[in-house]
This record gives sequence, C-alpha cells and structure tokens, in this order.
Amino acid sequence: MDLSLLARLNEARAKREAIALVTALATGAARLVTREDVAGDLLAVELAEAFRTGKSMVVETPAGKAFINVHVPPVKLVIIGAVHISQALTEIARIAGLDSVVVDPRTAFATAERFPNARVIAEWPDVALPPLKLDHYTAFVALTHDPKIDDPAILHALAKGCFYIGALGSRKTHAKRLERLASAGVVDAALGAIHAPIGLDIGAVSPAEIAVSILGEIIATMREKRRA
Amino acid sequence: MSVSLSTDTDILREAEAWKRAGRGVAIATVVETWGSAPRPVGSHLVIDEEGNFLGSVSGGCVEGAVVSEAIDVIGSGKAKLLEFGVADETAWRVGLSCGGKIAVHVVKVA
Repeated sequence: MDLSLLARLNEARAKREAIALVTALATGAARLVTREDVAGDLLAVELAEAFRTGKSMVVETPAGKAFINVHVPPVKLVIIGAVHISQALTEIARIAGLDSVVVDPRTAFATAERFPNARVIAEWPDVALPPLKLDHYTAFVALTHDPKIDDPAILHALAKGCFYIGALGSRKTHAKRLERLASAGVVDAALGAIHAPIGLDIGAVSPAEIAVSILGEIIATMREKRRA
Repeated sequence: MSVSLSTDTDILREAEAWKRAGRGVAIATVVETWGSAPRPVGSHLVIDEEGNFLGSVSGGCVEGAVVSEAIDVIGSGKAKLLEFGVADETAWRVGLSCGGKIAVHVVKVA
C-alpha cells in the first residue's frame, strides 16, 4: 500500500467520512472507495453491503480474492437536554467509547462544569445542530421534556438519518409528540422509528439507571442494524 | 468490524507516522476468521523492519509469527496471506488456544 493511500485513508477517517480500502489478496494492490463512489464500482453490491453493515469482508472478484476493509466513523452521541440523565449518560458513554455532545439553550443547565465528559453547547437546536453534522453514525437522544426544544431537534435528527433516535416521555407524552410531528409532515415510518418511551425495559428508576437503559438500547440498535 | 466502540490505539495512524519517520513498515490485517477468533476481521498490527509492533491480530497467540513474516514482506515488498489455526499444524507451528482460525494479510507500506 502506498503511503499516500494510507494518508488519504487516515484523513477520511479523521473527518468522519465512511471509506473502504479494497486490497487484492494476491498482489496487495489497494484502492480507496468512498460511499459516493459505490454505485459505479465493480464491487458495488459488496461495497454497499459493507458500508451498510460496517462489516469488512473477503469477496471474490474476476481478478481473484479481495478484502474490503470498511471504515465507518465511530458512533457519536448527540443529547438534547443538559439534565440529570444526560450527566450520567455522558459518563457511561465515555467509558463505552462514544463521543458525546450536549445541547440545551438553558444556560443554567448547559455548563461545562456539569458535563466533564462532553462538549456542551448552550444554544437552541436550530443553531447548535447543523454544524454538528448529524449522520448515519449518530445516536440522537431528546431528554428535555420540552416540545419547544425537543421537537425541532427530533425533526432535524430524522432528516439526517440518525441510526438511533430516542425521546424521553411516557406513552401519553409520546402520543402527543407523534401528533405534533405528524402535523409537521413526518411520515408514519419515520415516527415509528423513534424509540419512546426511551431505553430498554429494565425497570430503570433513577437518572443513572435510565442512562444505562438508553445506552443499552443504543448499542442494541447499532448491533442489530449491523447484523441485519 | 471496523466500526467499534473501542478506543484502541489508532494503528493506521501509527503506521503512517512510522513510515513518515523513515522506518520500513508493514501492516497486517485480519481478513477472515472461523470459529472463536480472538480479534475481529479488520484488526491491525503494524510492524517495522526491526520487529517492533503495535496492535493485535490475535490477542497474543500468533503475533510473533506475523511479525517475522512481516519483516520478510518489508524486505521483498510482496504481500502475504497467512493462515493460523489449531487445525493447521503442518503449515504453522503456532496455533490459537481458543480453537479458532484466522487469515492475516500482510502488505508493505511503500
């Protein structure tokens, strides 16, 4: 592999761009394929599968076996609401290796002191979220209980195709939320993908326990998607 | 799997830095696993011409053999595909204690 190829690979990974390195096993000849290039590639089917599942694999090609090593970005966690659950969630997310960002326009809540393990942005979601570039590899969690803050953020996360979208609130609260989102034009399939009530059903009570159930659900969703 | 929640040292970044520092460098990559392999497909080991290495392809079972093969690859520039497993005693003296089997591809960084 050329140093220049390795450098380009590392650069893409640093920029959170999904990229695949395709190496011929017999010769070691290697090339890079971005997500955008997949459609026109000889190995389009295999590459699409690799990008979708995040799984690297050996494939047969007319020129012999090749290894597709797919590099998709590490999961990023975006949390709306600088609340108690978020404090616990950013802490356990750090241990699990996720980078967290907390967004809350209420400056009394959104302070760096309360969130030593996360980047904190004291802005409304419509200002804070676009520069964060939410993507397919982002887990999104809305925890404020305040529709003024949560709803626009959820709409943004849906539009960006986050692989996990969870929203705090009882079934009743969520039913009302679904009505509001539907009247904002969100289709049923997208509404059904929102995890609410949020978190795995482990009988969580305290903020820390709820945080565990949320992280568990994020991991379950991530692995399920990649197993599929 | 290349996507992970793990915060391993970034082996590919190290490989680039080693090469830029003027060292002869090879990258070994787990390309296939069978049974209970200790490290997933896509795991890397970076090796220099003196046998220094970083990363892991097997959790310690076969690193020694991979490193000596990698030194050859750095010398010859020719890629190698290595297979390790308990069922493959004749080809390789080292085996995986877990009973799994792995294929490791080694390429030179040129």
